[in-house]
Amino acid sequence: MEISAFLLFWAAIFTSNILLTNFLGMCSYLSVSKEVESSMGLGIAVSFVLVFTTALNWLAYHYLLVPFHIEYLQYIVFIIVIAAFVQLLELLIERFAPALYYSLGIFLPLITVNCAIFGVSLFMVIRNYNFLQSIAYGFGSGLGWLLAILMLAGLRGKLREKMVPAGLRGTGISLIITGIMALAFVGFSGIAPIQ
Amino acid sequence: MLITILKDTGVITGVSGILAILLVIAERWLNNYGDCKINVNNKRELTVKGGSSLLNSLSEEQVFLPSACGGRGSCGACKCKVLDGGGPVLPTEKPFLNQAELADNVRLSCQVKVKSDVSIEIPESIFNIRQFSSVITEIIDYTYDIKGITFQLEPGETIDFQAGQYVQLISEPYAKVKQGVTRAYSISSKPDDVNAIQLIIRLVPEGICSTWAHTQLKVGDKARFTGPYGDFYLRDTDADILFVAGGSGKAPIKSMLEHLAVVGTKRKMTYFFGARTPKDLYLTEEMESFEKLFDDFAYEPVLSHAAPEDNWQGKTGFVMPFFKDAIRDPKNTEAYLCGSPGMIDAVTKSLTDLGVPKEKIYFDSFG
Repeated sequence: MEISAFLLFWAAIFTSNILLTNFLGMCSYLSVSKEVESSMGLGIAVSFVLVFTTALNWLAYHYLLVPFHIEYLQYIVFIIVIAAFVQLLELLIERFAPALYYSLGIFLPLITVNCAIFGVSLFMVIRNYNFLQSIAYGFGSGLGWLLAILMLAGLRGKLREKMVPAGLRGTGISLIITGIMALAFVGFSGIAPIQ
Repeated sequence: MLITILKDTGVITGVSGILAILLVIAERWLNNYGDCKINVNNKRELTVKGGSSLLNSLSEEQVFLPSACGGRGSCGACKCKVLDGGGPVLPTEKPFLNQAELADNVRLSCQVKVKSDVSIEIPESIFNIRQFSSVITEIIDYTYDIKGITFQLEPGETIDFQAGQYVQLISEPYAKVKQGVTRAYSISSKPDDVNAIQLIIRLVPEGICSTWAHTQLKVGDKARFTGPYGDFYLRDTDADILFVAGGSGKAPIKSMLEHLAVVGTKRKMTYFFGARTPKDLYLTEEMESFEKLFDDFAYEPVLSHAAPEDNWQGKTGFVMPFFKDAIRDPKNTEAYLCGSPGMIDAVTKSLTDLGVPKEKIYFDSFG
């Protein structure tokens, strides 16, 4: 892989946005995007978790799974690492940032099962990223996810006073908006392909 | 091959073990809020270890708020006023609180974590609620799926309740059920018996607590419960009374009638008991004996699924059509309903249509 970590970082935000091109992490994206404030909080939490879990999983993969020749167990190990880390983060946030904890409330545990987080760890292995590239990719993906959920939350805020057909209200219109945003992001994809 | 398996499982176990230990340490360190004071009604002060829910902290101090779900935030029964130190209302509580309650600082105590000094307000009657230890002294089979179980309190212990209130029975682990649960049952004995209570328990298919009570409990066994709870109790007025019950809903009504038999009453009373078939009827003789005892009391069992071969002579169908003839003056009638939510809704609607004031319809729903 010749691609530089710096380029990878920007590419992960814009040209191959984890949410808008891979459609990963949809559940929390749809359920928490009602308000800009909590979207911001969750987005930051996801970015934070992504940087650390990607780093931890990279270390686990290259210093534990590869030497023992048990790469096939990566799914289990990655999930355990992510789950433990999110749990730890939840304890930390509750203790030191109660306001953030209250605004995320029950949604924080959703990060554990956020497929974007798991997906980034798997992409990192498939695409053979080195440590620095992985962190850059993880951080970029997190910011990309944050960008996507912020845009949706902003648009949903505007939609609140608009007439939306009854059958499309809520998730329906959100998916349509996401589809249109994804189309727009396809426009970026030629600039820096990373696959 | 074996070595490979051992090595692979070893790595996984090692990783999860280390992470688990890490989390336990973090929990100890981060979730430690030291001693916190809970100020109750500006009268008492309880000192508890911070870090767990208000509901659990209170119950450790022997203050028992009602809770049907055991603190999972799904029943909404454990409401109390948190005046100070409760933090903002969580998204998990909002579905259970209306505007007035939100404005009044009402919270779900199972969702409020004690992290600092807290002041709360709870009804004084809650202090009457305690945990009781008891011994089973009698088990009666009322029908094929309903048992009456008598719980004798420990020597010297008494329970002070009003006819119609309920307790929460605590089941013990049995067979494959590893954890005890608490379930609400109305007291069916009269409040004048202060050394023992009787509960009427219907076997619910797959029900953890009712299965425990039906299959595990024997005379001589020990059992625990907390109580008394509830605002479904007999009001001391002169109004006519309409009792309506279904299935094990007979329990609180039995308590009320037995209490009235002790204190005496001149009130006009009618008791409709809805059941499916004659097999589901029980305590009929006792109820009929009340007809002789009271000046003006009628017991009316109504069967919805009586078969021709049952030879049932009494009333059939739903209970609602019979109300009209039983009500003398709707404005001066109190109704006490106990049964399934569906039955309560239907009966309440029928009674209000007949002119019984809504505030005089008291009910205890199995919901």
